[in-house]
Amino acid sequence: MPDTSLPMTERSAVPSQPVRFRGGGFTVKGHRWAALLAFVVLIAVWESTNRFGLVSELFLPPPSAVASALAAMAQDGSLWQHLKASLMRIGVGWVMGTVAGMAVGFAMGIGSVARAVGVPLVSAFFPIPKIALLPLFILWFGIGEPSKFATIGFGVFFPTVIATYSAIDSVPRNLIRMAQSFGLPWASILRKIVLPGALPGILAGFRITASIALILVVAAEMIGAEYGIGAFVLTAGNLMLTDQLLAGVLVLSLLGLTIGTVLSILERRLLKWR
Amino acid sequence: MRLIIKDLCHRYDDLVVLDGIDLTVQEGEVLAVIGPSGCGKSTLLGIAGGIVAPTSGTIAVAGEVPDGCLNPITFIFQDFALLPWRSVEDNLSLVLEHHPLSAAERRERIESGLRRMGLWDFRKALPKQLSGGMRQRVGIARALAVRPAMLLLDEPLSALDAQTRELLMEDFLSLWQRERTTALYVTHNLDEALRLADRVVVLSRRPGRLREIVTIEEPRDQRLEPSAQAHLAEVRDRLWHLIRAEAQLADREIADA
Ligand SMILES: Nc1ncnc2c1ncn2[C@@H]1O[C@H](COP(=O)(O)OP(=O)(O)OP(=O)(O)O)[C@@H](O)[C@H]1O
Ligand SMILES: [Mg+2]
Repeated sequence: MPDTSLPMTERSAVPSQPVRFRGGGFTVKGHRWAALLAFVVLIAVWESTNRFGLVSELFLPPPSAVASALAAMAQDGSLWQHLKASLMRIGVGWVMGTVAGMAVGFAMGIGSVARAVGVPLVSAFFPIPKIALLPLFILWFGIGEPSKFATIGFGVFFPTVIATYSAIDSVPRNLIRMAQSFGLPWASILRKIVLPGALPGILAGFRITASIALILVVAAEMIGAEYGIGAFVLTAGNLMLTDQLLAGVLVLSLLGLTIGTVLSILERRLLKWR
Repeated sequence: MRLIIKDLCHRYDDLVVLDGIDLTVQEGEVLAVIGPSGCGKSTLLGIAGGIVAPTSGTIAVAGEVPDGCLNPITFIFQDFALLPWRSVEDNLSLVLEHHPLSAAERRERIESGLRRMGLWDFRKALPKQLSGGMRQRVGIARALAVRPAMLLLDEPLSALDAQTRELLMEDFLSLWQRERTTALYVTHNLDEALRLADRVVVLSRRPGRLREIVTIEEPRDQRLEPSAQAHLAEVRDRLWHLIRAEAQLADREIADA
């Protein structure tokens, strides 16, 4: 409908000019294929440097060699053996550190005494590079599995504590007030408000602790283990089997990727409401 | 239900927020509280509802509670206070779950609350999918589900735009038409007070003291009639006169926190 609310003379008094568009740029558009293309180019360049003899195969074997080393490992079963050992250590250590860390984090999140005691302790222990404690744990628990579980568990514990209690802190006070005003008992408030409200922060913490566990398992296996991807990579390096070394590194990155994907799926499932 | 506040004072550390408040909310009345920002209105409401412990003074209730009342004094919040991870119906369920109700009765309370606020078709939605007005309707339905004897409303319409506010005022009017639930209604909006309240309490700037109580004679359902306008304009002038200087002073205060 034309605007007829103005008198005729005002509607077409002066010659008009289009308003020039000046809002372009500075927005991010999706380029689906760019990333994939970059990978393909990178691998192609890497492969060709070896083919043209630019880089010695000993220092940087081509992707094809890494792939065939990986295939050989998968075939003779050594891949599964190493992977199983690493996964078990990550699993046990991470679960131990996470369960203990969440328990302590919860206590610090809701109890003021626990917080008063806990915050200085956590701040003091958090900066210790946990791998430095492995020798101590070996003295305590022996060279076997327990010292590795302890290293990973210890490394996972502190970030979990911090993630959990700050997640509880970030639960909106007004929701707790609301629940109190409707007479919800303390345990219900904890279960129905505090826990779900803290879940996003706790899951974000899982992301960090999973990568810490991955780093620590490799380091621990390099210090003293027969099996495990870390031990495998170290041995391959000592024997100058760089194609196997890189195959091990590839397995580790795939492992990290898988853990990340699982956590993303978990987040999407549990945090649909966000 | 009646609420009797006697000689109430409240301090947050050294900050005196409320000073010597004596006030009775009568059975079935809607008592609006207006006052400049930071004068302690929310604190007063929190104390009345038993979620803030007063520094000194007493709060008491007297009178009957309705049948099936689970939570005599019930809040409706400015920011709605809905659990974002629960659907609309589960947000209502939250305040019933800890009471020993049969499943059928719980369902009945949820359904009647939702139907009254026109939310039945939205019962499976998450709060984030609703408009502000619909969210506050969920907050109201949640309050109705516990059959309250008294409603404490803390600026329930402040987070909404002017048109939605108008619509929700109509909802409140029909609520108070049907069941005369006693209400303490905090607002900084004179128009809300003039549309909804039987009496209006004016608080001074912090520390909040009771400056005056103004009664609105006009019945609630006739306040849009032309014949009511003269009286309402008069009340409005009076309230604005009381509040203007205080608001101006409060506005020019620098927080010394
Ligand atoms: N938990 C608290 N601790 C310390 N000070 C507080 C606390 N809650 C409120 N205050 C202060 O007390 C004063 C009164 O707060 P209150 O929220 O009751 O005011 P109000 O009248 O509701 O204000 P508004 O109009 O902004 O909602 C404010 O100055 C506020 O900063
Ligand atoms: Mg307030």
